[in-house]
Amino acid sequence: MNNPVLRLENIQKSFGALVASDNISLDLRAGEIHALIGPNGAGKSTLIQQIAGSLAPDHGRISLLGQDISKAGLSQRARLGLARTFQISELALEDSVLQNVLLGVIGASGRVFRFFRNALKDQDNITQANTALSRVGLLEVAQKPVSTLSHGQRRQLEIAIALTLKPKVLLLDEPMAGLGGSGSKALMPLLETLKSEAPILLVEHDMDAVFALADRISVLVYGKLIATGSVAEIRANREVRTAYLGDEA
Amino acid sequence: MSAILLAEQVLNGLQSGMMLFLTAAGLTLIFGVMGLINLAHGSLYMVGAFAAAAVAAYTGSFLLALAASIAAAAAAGALVEVLVIRRLYARDHLDQVLATFALILIFSEGTRWIYGSFPLFLNIPPYLSGPITLPGGIQYPLYRLTIIGVGLAVALGLYGLITHTKLGIRIRAGENDREMISALGVDIGKLYTIIFALGAALAGLAGALVGAIQSVQVGMGEPVLILAFVVIVIGGIGSIKGALVGALLVGLTDTLGPLFLPCLFGLFLEPASAATIGASLASMLIYILMAAILVWRPSGLYGVRA
Amino acid sequence: MKRETMINAALLLAMIAVPLWAYYAGKPFTITLATKVAILALAGVGLNIALGIGGLVSFGHAAFFGLGGYTMGILASHAQSYSPLFNWPFLFEGSQNMLMIWGVTILVSALAGLIIGLLALRTSGVYFIMLSLAFGQMLYYFAISWPAYGGEDGLSIYVRNGFPGLNTLDPIQFFAICFALLLLALFFTHRLMNSPFGLALNAARQSPLRAATVGVGVFRLRLVALIISAIITGLAGALYADLNRFISPTMLSWQTSGEIMVFVILGGVGRLMGPLAGAALFIILEQVLGPISEYWHIYLGAMLLLVVLFARGGIIGSLAKRDAAHE
Repeated sequence: MNNPVLRLENIQKSFGALVASDNISLDLRAGEIHALIGPNGAGKSTLIQQIAGSLAPDHGRISLLGQDISKAGLSQRARLGLARTFQISELALEDSVLQNVLLGVIGASGRVFRFFRNALKDQDNITQANTALSRVGLLEVAQKPVSTLSHGQRRQLEIAIALTLKPKVLLLDEPMAGLGGSGSKALMPLLETLKSEAPILLVEHDMDAVFALADRISVLVYGKLIATGSVAEIRANREVRTAYLGDEA
Repeated sequence: MSAILLAEQVLNGLQSGMMLFLTAAGLTLIFGVMGLINLAHGSLYMVGAFAAAAVAAYTGSFLLALAASIAAAAAAGALVEVLVIRRLYARDHLDQVLATFALILIFSEGTRWIYGSFPLFLNIPPYLSGPITLPGGIQYPLYRLTIIGVGLAVALGLYGLITHTKLGIRIRAGENDREMISALGVDIGKLYTIIFALGAALAGLAGALVGAIQSVQVGMGEPVLILAFVVIVIGGIGSIKGALVGALLVGLTDTLGPLFLPCLFGLFLEPASAATIGASLASMLIYILMAAILVWRPSGLYGVRA
Repeated sequence: MKRETMINAALLLAMIAVPLWAYYAGKPFTITLATKVAILALAGVGLNIALGIGGLVSFGHAAFFGLGGYTMGILASHAQSYSPLFNWPFLFEGSQNMLMIWGVTILVSALAGLIIGLLALRTSGVYFIMLSLAFGQMLYYFAISWPAYGGEDGLSIYVRNGFPGLNTLDPIQFFAICFALLLLALFFTHRLMNSPFGLALNAARQSPLRAATVGVGVFRLRLVALIISAIITGLAGALYADLNRFISPTMLSWQTSGEIMVFVILGGVGRLMGPLAGAALFIILEQVLGPISEYWHIYLGAMLLLVVLFARGGIIGSLAKRDAAHE
């Protein structure tokens, strides 16, 4: 059962003397939310970048649905269904919300090199974009420029764009950051329903959210994966308690 | 080709390389510390040359003329920095390119307005004119040799300034972390004006020194500016060491290319077409060199940031 | 209607009305000026695709402009002297037919755009600016030192090239050809701006990482944009050479690159009609200020400086800035 959708094997990455990813093996199974936690500087962002393809590991192998994608570039991985959101929003700020989501629809379709079709009037694409926007609750602001959106709305927009890629895997880099308590709560049911469509690798600092949402948790400390397991296992893990709480455990 | 001719051309290459270095050093410093592309740097070179020519004509002293070139270019640089340039630091490269392109138009036409379109002349003083005989029997103009010496002295001086003085420490800090030095209480506006004026002064000096070999005229700054850009791009933008290496590389390529390429093509082409093709390629050689280096190392030989 | 749409319509109307008026009033020089505006605007439309939409600060568009000019000059000079350009691998003769010249110009500019793009787009930021400049300079010095087509002195073509069914020596007919090409390029740009390609290019200017993350190959995207841009600017170069019946290395110089960039910015970068507004302003300034002062470039410089420092968005941007509030 449960063949992994995404699999990392022995990922190694160093910057000079600093080992950011130390022989990391990890998998993401269908239908789960797998949270990746760890203190600041543990190497979570570096790992996400290597999975997404914006940073090449020194060694190791990454596969998506059994296919080796280690050599694929950023945009190629996206077209294969590896969708990500950013810790710090990466959006076309001057464009409207709808245009940003349409970009995802166009990128996913692979039909970028069309010069005459009006992308803003293509009903098919707009329907797809609107579906994604309504799932994150941004349909009312579709025509506004992204620069007028609040911080929280931008995070939601990032998820909407990721959804247009018909993702096989979602990499969410701190989707709750800066949302505030009520914002986080609003996002949780969405993530719960999304995981059945595409498993989620969730990097998150909001521990309440992590413990409420995650099916499994992996803990990264100084580039090393020190534990992977269910919420209960992680709570009970001695090494994890030491890493987070110091020696008092 | 005789060894003497070759040695002479190598010296010529060093000489033009050294003058390029004077211009390029300011350009690369300004980019390294302030992140600014300054197309008007060539105009400051021109200002230096005109100031020198004017003072030499009035006083007859070459040394006073050189001092005037430094002072005038530094003053013009500081003025432009305060009036225009400091509004551009936070802007993108496109705005910087356009605004400084506008400054070129203003400087060039303004100078033409004042001095007219005819070239001025700056004479080499008697004590520096005439050839001297170097070891090996090479006759070489003393003035050009002096220029090489001045270039070396400035390179050493800059090295000393940056590694051993308080200003140098601040410059290096500015390259690494702008917020930090202003947090430490350094008046960053003043620091930038000083760096800009320093770069301008070096360009102005180069303009005056070269002006004595060539003529002093409007538009003399632009070819040098473009070459200086080639130099700092080859060397890696922001690196003084890169500017020195790049300048010598460009200077030597530019003088030796026209000498060697026609001979090279002469090996397998008839003399007439070898001369034509050789000369055409030689004129493009430094740009080919630059493109090749950038394709090989996208941020130049000693560059760190892209 | 949006203000920008109204301004655009007014600009196009003026471009039709002024030459027509000049035609009936018997002022051929005014028609020639309007032709120059149309051609420079066309060059700007090309640059605007790379610069305005794609954010590629190309300081070497004179390369394409000049290549277009030289394509025209070389083909026409061979036609004048009845000597073929080459015999091998196939016989290639010169031509004085504009359609043929444009066809070759498109091929040459596209090829130049491809080669320059493949090398220069590996870098970004200042390095891209400088590499594009370097390629322009390379061609400039080549044109100066290569004696076959006039070298430094340039090359004169004695008779303007022909267009089937039209008399190109008649200023108003030549204007019509240039204006028609400009309209075509503007129409193409208009469609492109809202097309999937345009949307992606525009997004990649603001955030290349965002575009790549949704599966858009940014390098290929920019390469294609640069090639399209090169073709349009190249065509403008061929027309400009035809207007003057003369080509020289000046067309390839970095000042030319700078000037094309200046129209686009003065008019409004990234705006559909920005290049037309900018080119018109440039020619008007030249005609109005030129006679008053020989040194009118000072005013041009001052104006450019003010636009960059205080009025970003150029003429069209300043005139249309209330649009956002009205929507």
